[in-house]
Amino acid sequence: MTKKTGGQIVCEGLLKQGVDTVFGIPGGAILPLYGSLSQYPDLKHILVRHEQGASHAADGYARITGKAGVCFATSGPGATNLITGLATAMMDSSPVVAITGQVARPGIGKDSFQETDITGATLPVTKHSYLVMDPRDLARVIKEAFYIATTGRPGPVLIDVPRDVFAELIDFDDSIWDEPIDLPGYHPPTIADLKNVKSAAKLIDDSKKPVILAGHGVIISHAYKELKELAEKCQIPVVTTLLGISSFPEDHILSLSFPGMHGVAWASLALDEADLIIAIGSRFDDRITGDTKRFATRSKKIHIDIDPAEINKNIKVDVPLIGNVKDVLNQLNPIVEQKTHQEWVRSIEQMKADHPSLKIKETDELLGQHVIKAIFEETDGKAIVVTGVGQHQMWAAQHYHFYAQNTWVTSGGLGTMGFEVPAAMGAQVGKPDNTVWSIAGDGGFQMTMSELATIVENNIPVKFAIMNNNHLGMITQWQELFFDKDYQANAYTANPDFAKLANAFGMKSLRVESQEDLKDAINEAEAHPGPFLIDFIIKKEENVYPMIPSGQSVEELMEEPI
Amino acid sequence: MSTSQNIPNIETRTVVALVEDRPGVLARIAGFFRRQGFNIESLAVGKSEKEGLSRMTFVVEGAPDVIGLVAAKLDRLIEIVEVIDITEENFAYREMALIKINADEKIRGEILQLANVFRVRVVDVGADEMTIETTGDSKKIDSLIELMNQYGIIEIMRTGRVAVLRSSLEINTKKEK
Repeated sequence: MTKKTGGQIVCEGLLKQGVDTVFGIPGGAILPLYGSLSQYPDLKHILVRHEQGASHAADGYARITGKAGVCFATSGPGATNLITGLATAMMDSSPVVAITGQVARPGIGKDSFQETDITGATLPVTKHSYLVMDPRDLARVIKEAFYIATTGRPGPVLIDVPRDVFAELIDFDDSIWDEPIDLPGYHPPTIADLKNVKSAAKLIDDSKKPVILAGHGVIISHAYKELKELAEKCQIPVVTTLLGISSFPEDHILSLSFPGMHGVAWASLALDEADLIIAIGSRFDDRITGDTKRFATRSKKIHIDIDPAEINKNIKVDVPLIGNVKDVLNQLNPIVEQKTHQEWVRSIEQMKADHPSLKIKETDELLGQHVIKAIFEETDGKAIVVTGVGQHQMWAAQHYHFYAQNTWVTSGGLGTMGFEVPAAMGAQVGKPDNTVWSIAGDGGFQMTMSELATIVENNIPVKFAIMNNNHLGMITQWQELFFDKDYQANAYTANPDFAKLANAFGMKSLRVESQEDLKDAINEAEAHPGPFLIDFIIKKEENVYPMIPSGQSVEELMEEPI
Repeated sequence: MSTSQNIPNIETRTVVALVEDRPGVLARIAGFFRRQGFNIESLAVGKSEKEGLSRMTFVVEGAPDVIGLVAAKLDRLIEIVEVIDITEENFAYREMALIKINADEKIRGEILQLANVFRVRVVDVGADEMTIETTGDSKKIDSLIELMNQYGIIEIMRTGRVAVLRSSLEINTKKEK
């Protein structure tokens, strides 16, 4: 038995969970936790500039390492600033553990200074949350929080700790760390029902035009090898969802890139024409299905997912396989017949020839597509690419071809502008030896650019590519196409000079305005050992194609008007 | 862009859940129903046969395409140990109601006579009022209330439905599908 404060128990618990880095900002209610940090030098704290940055950084770190990402914030505004980051992590099933300070126990419920009911406010955007009213519960809660965040369908967990719980000195028995976790209501499934596995194998054996729809679940469960094995054994083309990008190498002959609203035409067409869709760790998102009544009507569906609540949520499926993707594929792969679908694969090749979705139109102007293509070429498809939401995100998903596993970090579900700056920081901290490119729009960048200070302060060598068209590009596109060109609140007429701004933060930078300068600029950024920003001045009012308008189907697919 | 949607029909489901008996659990469940746009028609909570666990019976209404997943989605909540949507199962359910009605001495006898048909118990009698207790399915309670309306109902307190799966009638056989 030793004497420990709540703060010390938290720090010790984090280290026991394998945490090496925490992103956060202190404030009154969480100060006693910060007071313990100096005793735990292995726990590195990165002081961010805004709590939203802390939560996105933890998210980026989590996605790229597969470990939980951790952030700290104080009570009240500190905690509420985390919410966008938690919601982003929730939608994309990312294991983030947020620890927030709360006002001291006697002050709870009294509208105390900087008091917010943060467990209440975050209910819809967390997988689980705790308000710890007794320091004796802290060790158990930390263990449970990490277990819940990282297992099953991962997601954010928030631990709210009153100031005096951090500060209280209690008798602490170290053996509590070894006690087993007891959560009677939480048993993530592993393997799927054998009868269903057999039915699925039969559907696969009988299919003539199968397509795999691989999602984030493949990456989360590290099922890269198993996915490839299934695809190759049965010669099944692989469409990845937006979040499934980098689960299957895009230089593979069976790779079809991503489908849906701005996906490549052949991926959407292949799903439409398939007679069997094997959805693996994906959730039939509306950006993929469009009108669910007209989505892939010719096919039977197998759905592999760890979350039973995803089965039949958007699309009715024929065979559900509820379990961990990797485990289920290991059940399925040995019993499917080895076969080829040459005719089907050839017909998809024809779709590619008929619908050259990735062909960039001839122009002397600098387009966003050129920028992405150049970054792809100069990094050999092996960089970690982080984006926010909008045109830059879609161009990155289309024109960067991902050859390496789990190298694509994007806010897919929530579609969070500004995610790209702090999430890239977190990804780089998680994988210090990889090149990380943050692809940003000029709109999103301005939402979280204060983190440039954090990045410079900690010499985190992220490379920033701002796709600067002085517009909210996707808004402009929608107003052009769906609001009769009634442009409202879509233009940024007084953007700062981002290259100079980077310099003001102490970051090297370049401004690029022509196609000829792309290669040299990117290589200069790559060669520089620290962070670097390139302001790419791209053509305004350039649309992302292909496009399937919201709620429509592949029949309404719009291609680039040339 | 939003697409226009037809107003969906409403479907009612009865769900029984075994949950950890801790502060905040009900808020999580209620919050979940609100987010899904479900209406809680009734909710009954009490301790279960297992220590530290409560059993809840919900009757919830929602759009047919989402309410079918109510049990699977509820099971996402960590504190829910077990949850079954028993709507399509063979279950027995009961509800209790306390009904306070106008009942001066002139009509008291008449009310009691009527009430006897429903096997109600008298809980409390005052000078001009009387409170009766009844247990049964919702329909029985609805008809009793309708009947009592003529005397003037002052207050109704209903518990909401509690339900258990009916036991199998077959001996020593396990049903297999």
